[in-house]
Amino acid sequence: MFKGLAQTVYELSGKNPYLCFQCGICSSSCPMIKDMDIPPHQVIRMIQLDVQEVLNCKTIWVCASCNTCTARCPRDVDPARIINVLRTIMQRKNVYPLDLRKVKGLDEFPQIALISASRKLTG
Amino acid sequence: MVDSVRIGVYVCHCGGNISNVVNISEVINAIRNVEGVVIVRDNEHVCSEAGQREIQEDIKRLNLNRVVIAACSPKFHGPTFMKLIEESGLNPYLFEMVNIREQDSWVHSNDPKGATIKAIDQIMAAIAKVKFNEPLQPKEVKIGNRVLVIGGGISGIQTALDLADSGCKVYLVEREPMIGGRMAQLSYTFPTDDCSLCILSPKMAAVYNHPNITLLTYSEVEDVSGSVGDFHVKVKVKPRYVDMDKCVACGICASKCPASAPDEFNYGLRTRRAIYVPHEMAVPYKYLIDSKSCLYFLKGICRVCERVCPQKAVNFNDSERILDLVVDAIVVATGYDPFDATKLKQYGYGVYKNVIIAPQLERMVMPVGPTGGKVVRLSDGQLAKKIAFIHCVGSRDEQIGRPGCSRVCCMYSIKQAMTLKRQDVTRDVHLFYIDIRAYGKGFEEYYSRAQDLGVKFIRGKVSEVIEDPVTNKLIVRAEDTLTGRFIEDEFDLVVLSVGLVPSHGSEDLAKKLKLNIGPDGFFLEAHPKYRPVDTLREGVFICGCAQGPKDIADSVAQASAAAGRVLRLISQGKILVEPIKAYVLGDLCNGCGICIDKCPLGAISMVDGKAIISDALCVGCGSCIPYCPQSAIELRHYTEKQILSQIEAALKSKSEGEIRVIAFFDDSCTYRAADLAGTSRLIYDDRVRVISVPSASRLTPRIILSAFKYGADGVFIGDCLPGASPYHPKVLDVINDVIRDVRIQMRKFRIDARRLKFDTIAVDMAERLVKDLEDLISIIERLGPLKVEERIRIKV
Repeated sequence: MFKGLAQTVYELSGKNPYLCFQCGICSSSCPMIKDMDIPPHQVIRMIQLDVQEVLNCKTIWVCASCNTCTARCPRDVDPARIINVLRTIMQRKNVYPLDLRKVKGLDEFPQIALISASRKLTG
Repeated sequence: MVDSVRIGVYVCHCGGNISNVVNISEVINAIRNVEGVVIVRDNEHVCSEAGQREIQEDIKRLNLNRVVIAACSPKFHGPTFMKLIEESGLNPYLFEMVNIREQDSWVHSNDPKGATIKAIDQIMAAIAKVKFNEPLQPKEVKIGNRVLVIGGGISGIQTALDLADSGCKVYLVEREPMIGGRMAQLSYTFPTDDCSLCILSPKMAAVYNHPNITLLTYSEVEDVSGSVGDFHVKVKVKPRYVDMDKCVACGICASKCPASAPDEFNYGLRTRRAIYVPHEMAVPYKYLIDSKSCLYFLKGICRVCERVCPQKAVNFNDSERILDLVVDAIVVATGYDPFDATKLKQYGYGVYKNVIIAPQLERMVMPVGPTGGKVVRLSDGQLAKKIAFIHCVGSRDEQIGRPGCSRVCCMYSIKQAMTLKRQDVTRDVHLFYIDIRAYGKGFEEYYSRAQDLGVKFIRGKVSEVIEDPVTNKLIVRAEDTLTGRFIEDEFDLVVLSVGLVPSHGSEDLAKKLKLNIGPDGFFLEAHPKYRPVDTLREGVFICGCAQGPKDIADSVAQASAAAGRVLRLISQGKILVEPIKAYVLGDLCNGCGICIDKCPLGAISMVDGKAIISDALCVGCGSCIPYCPQSAIELRHYTEKQILSQIEAALKSKSEGEIRVIAFFDDSCTYRAADLAGTSRLIYDDRVRVISVPSASRLTPRIILSAFKYGADGVFIGDCLPGASPYHPKVLDVINDVIRDVRIQMRKFRIDARRLKFDTIAVDMAERLVKDLEDLISIIERLGPLKVEERIRIKV
């Protein structure tokens, strides 16, 4: 149906990134926005324009998957799911932002945080 | 009937348009000896005066009682010939027209032989059908000039005035105690900045004083029965407890009344007494008692108003009255309600005092309003210096099921922002928008004036509003999507630019009037482009915000349009109701009642255990027919027998190994698209035989499967695009149901389901239609023709 990144995102998420009309409520709702290099609505925009660099942004790894954006998105685009898909695309290329073996002081982490971080950030 | 049919068949050359491709003499030879055919003639131009005279003479001389004309599209000369036949003393429905130009010679000019065979087949089909045609009489209904207008807002007022000025007798019913509707509550109007009541008051007064208008305020439509020219309407007049004739609106009663209630007119921004007049400019300017807050009705005490009234106008014994009206037409102008912003918890409306909705701000800026024209923080009454508007609250949002744009919010927000700036230019006004829709005449200029005044526009939807519990200031969070910068700012007042939703009670009224409601909850027009103020129910019209969100100018335009449509109906004095309607075969009906819910018009009811279809309500789509387990419903002029015999005759010439496709075209969209393919001289396969039906929803599984049984190797079905059917949007669901059922049966009979193709076609989609037909043929060529043993498996 689509081409390039948008098609991959559509296949993996079942969500159509072109439905986004750039209202920005995802970005203003996001609790992690201050640590992101690109706000979520621009991530979606870059997918629409097939800008591959979006895969290398920090945002997709900073996203906490809290789903606030998804709950509020007026077009049902589901940004949280789409960002998760971008992570999946990178993970399939064996790109992981975190090597647990190199992290020090693992014992002090809450277990549940460790598990969810491992799920999201490692293979 | 069949034994005594005497058919005349006329084949047109169309000055070579047909005869250059189709071999006319071959056609004539093929049909000359068909049973029932008395005469076959060809003519250079059947539509010419000589051609028409020939037919007329034949009808008289040869005692013809059926006529078939094979010429151009019935969309072109159909009405000409129907008129001719009627003038010859024959019922015009005893006539069939065969399209051998747009759907034959023009589209198969590459293959004269195939085109000739197709012409013969199509004429044979028409002959087979016409044998069963019955004379039909359009019903004549007398139309007087009594009109009911429901809703006394600007739309209802405009319609009522237009009609009354034209001499109609108008009943204007309004459920509130005064007319004026939402427009009366507005401060100023964009893009001219007129004061709303200043331009509305003269119209309200005109309604009140018009000799042709009976104004029924504080009244509601209880029940509607009957049909165009004879609607019987019950109107409930609620008790006001104040005699309208005696009350002089001196206001002494209200000054003594001890009970109070929130003032609805000011959206609860102040209170009013239990005996009150809705506002300073109300029409009629008469007091009434609100029984929900009056102490006498609540506790049985007080009655002070009764004692102080110098006119003795208060009457606690007043009671509800029911009026019975008989009207010829009805106009629905029920308007809108503001979206209930409490549904969006993140903006805190109803929780934080300083979050208000835009209609409340409209009241605030009025000098006579609840705050004396000052825009203040409701928490402490301090003037609001820094104000944020949040656009699209209750519009363009799938999460709350309101995906549409409300069309007026951008402009009224800009208007309010400018009003605020004009009051105090040092005010800081921010508009948080998604897109600014300044589409109307003078709107963009108005928008730029606001920018010029220093109103700040921020492109980004606000995610949430949080109140500082100490200062009651509001923290607004948004993203400026143009810079990607996160904004968190403090405001004195947050205004929610709420969207427009259907007026409460619309659904209920739709049921009473048997009208349809669209997915957005507004009343549905008969056609989105050509019939914007008509409904599918003859004699009932809609206008203004009842049909969908619109501004005052558009509402007035539609209101006058509705008045024009009513006058068009009335000026004829009578109307002819199309006789092609569904009817129930009483002997077969077992009273299961399935059809009742299936009729999108609510035209079917149960009488003595049998279904009855109301001719006044039925539009003739045939949607009920496929659902009847007893096959007890028929459509006049398109009966099962007629269609089956058409199919059989159209496939008669087929010999073993040949391929044939039966194409069912709906009469309003696909058939016209096929005509367009002809006028555009597109070329497609000539092995298609066309059968036109009013709507494809009339087709039963039996008809479709019979096509295969009788020799078709593929079946194509075309109907209008979603929502475009002139009958009803729901016909598409019916067609899909039928096709699903047929596919299941095809699998059971081990017939490849790809042989059945369905598509939605718009009038201009000739190329798509041609591609569909070509695709189907190529699939069939790959699969090969259906074998005899395969056809035998089909049981219908």
